[in-house]
Amino acid sequence: MKKIGKQTIQMENFPTISQSASIVGPKESEGPLAKYFDRCLEDEFWGEKTWEKAESKIIKETVNTVIAKSNISSTDIDFCFAGDLLNQCISSSFGLREINIPFFGVFGACSTFVESMCLASVFIDSHAAKHIVCAASSHFCSAEKQFRFPLELGNQRPPTSQWTVTGAGSVILSSEGNGPFVTYITPGKIVDMGIKDANNMGAAMAPAAFDTLVTHLQDTNRKPSYYDAIITGDLGYIGSDILEDLCKTKGYNINHQHNDCGKLIFDKEKQDTHSGGSGCACIGTVFSGYLYQLMHEKKINKLLLIATGALMNSTSSQQGESIPGIAHAISIENCKI
Amino acid sequence: MDNPMDTPKTYSDYVDKKSPNSPIFTNCLKAFLIGGFICSIGQLIFFFCKSKGLDTSASNTVVSIILIGIAALLTGLNIFNKIGKVAGAGSLVPITGFANSIVSPAIEYKSEGYIMGVGGKMFTVAGPVLVFGISASVIVGMIYCFFV
Repeated sequence: MKKIGKQTIQMENFPTISQSASIVGPKESEGPLAKYFDRCLEDEFWGEKTWEKAESKIIKETVNTVIAKSNISSTDIDFCFAGDLLNQCISSSFGLREINIPFFGVFGACSTFVESMCLASVFIDSHAAKHIVCAASSHFCSAEKQFRFPLELGNQRPPTSQWTVTGAGSVILSSEGNGPFVTYITPGKIVDMGIKDANNMGAAMAPAAFDTLVTHLQDTNRKPSYYDAIITGDLGYIGSDILEDLCKTKGYNINHQHNDCGKLIFDKEKQDTHSGGSGCACIGTVFSGYLYQLMHEKKINKLLLIATGALMNSTSSQQGESIPGIAHAISIENCKI
Repeated sequence: MDNPMDTPKTYSDYVDKKSPNSPIFTNCLKAFLIGGFICSIGQLIFFFCKSKGLDTSASNTVVSIILIGIAALLTGLNIFNKIGKVAGAGSLVPITGFANSIVSPAIEYKSEGYIMGVGGKMFTVAGPVLVFGISASVIVGMIYCFFV
C-alpha cells in the first residue's frame, strides 16, 4: 500500500469485497431496483415503536444478513465500521451494540458507506485485519424528523429536493477472495462553494464529487473511459448534471460512464421523488444490492464508486451557514491491477 | 464555457440556472381553488349557525372550532399532508394550516414522551406564528388604546 499523487492510496494486497447485503423500505421496494435487494420491508416501522428503533433494526439485520450470507463466523470478523445520519450515529451504535465486534463509528454524512469501505481497505491491506464488516443506514422518516419538518405537516417539497432512502447496505471486506477487489481509494477534501439551500443538496455536493473525481483520475493517470461505470452516491438529477458540466471544464467527458445512485433507486416520474434519492443508504443499498450483483455477473468490471456527503446539520442551516460537501472515491475492479 | 467554480458567486448563479423552479402558476391556481374551497366550507358552516339563531361572533367561533377539528383529524389520519402537498398555501393559510402545524409535531414527537415530546415540541412549527402574531396584536392594541 502506498500513497500516489495528491491524495490517492494504491492497494498492494487488494482487499476483496467478499459479500454484500441490503434491506430497503417500502418506497424503495416499489422502485426499479427492488429485485436486487435482500429484503424489502412493507412498512417503515418494521414492528418497532419509533423510526429510530426501526432504523437500528434495519442496520442490525443487514449486518446479520451479510454475515450469514458470507459463511464467515462473526467471531472471525475483526472490526466493524458503520455510521448513519442521526445525531451521534445512534442507529448504528444502538443497532450494532450486540454484535460483539470491535466497532468504529464513522460519520461522513451520506458518504459514510464508502468512507467505511476506504478505512476498512487500509486496515486489510496493511494486515491489521482479515475480515471487516462495513455498514451504513438512513431512514426517510427519522431523517425528515431530524433535518426538516414533521411528516404530517402539509408542506410542499421544491423540485430540487431529494428523498432520503430508507434502508441499509453492508459489505464484508476480506484479505483473501475472488473479488471484486479494491484497487485504489481517493479520500476527498471538504469543498464548500457557498450553497446554503438545504433543499438543493446535489448542487452543494457536486463540487466535492468533481474535486475527488478529477484528483483520482490525475493521481492514477486514468481516463474516465478506463471505467465501465463511474457511480456517484446521491447527487440526484441536478447534482449529476452539474458534475458532468464541471468535468467538461477540465476536459473530461464522463456522460457515458456516469450515473448516480439517487437516480437509479427511484422512478422519478412514478414515485414523485423530485431530484432523486439521498442518504447513507442510497449508495449503501444500490452498491450492496445492484452494483455488486452487476460486478459478479461481469457486466461491470471496473467501477469507480464516489459517495457524496453534505456535512451540515439543522442548527448550521438555521444559522445561515453554507453546506460543505465531501466525496470519497473507491476503485473496485474484478481483476487485480 | 466559463468555469462556474471560479467563485461562490459564479457557482451560485450557475446553480440557479440549473435548478428548476417550482411551477408557480399551477401552484397558485391549486392554492386558490383548494383554499377557496376550504373557506367556502367555513362560510357554509357560518350560514348554518346563523340560521340556527347564533349571533355573528358565536358563529365565527363555531366555524373556527369545526375547521380546526377537521384539520386535526385529517392530520392524524395522514390525509392532511397529502392535501397540503397539492394545495400548498391553499391549505396552509386558512386556520386549517395552523391546526396542522400544531398537531403534526405533537404526533411526530410523541415517541419522546408526553412532557418533553408532545408538550415541548408541539409548538416548534406554530411557535413563531404565535409569538409574532400575539406581539403584533399587542402593539396594535396599544396603538388603538392610546391614540384612537
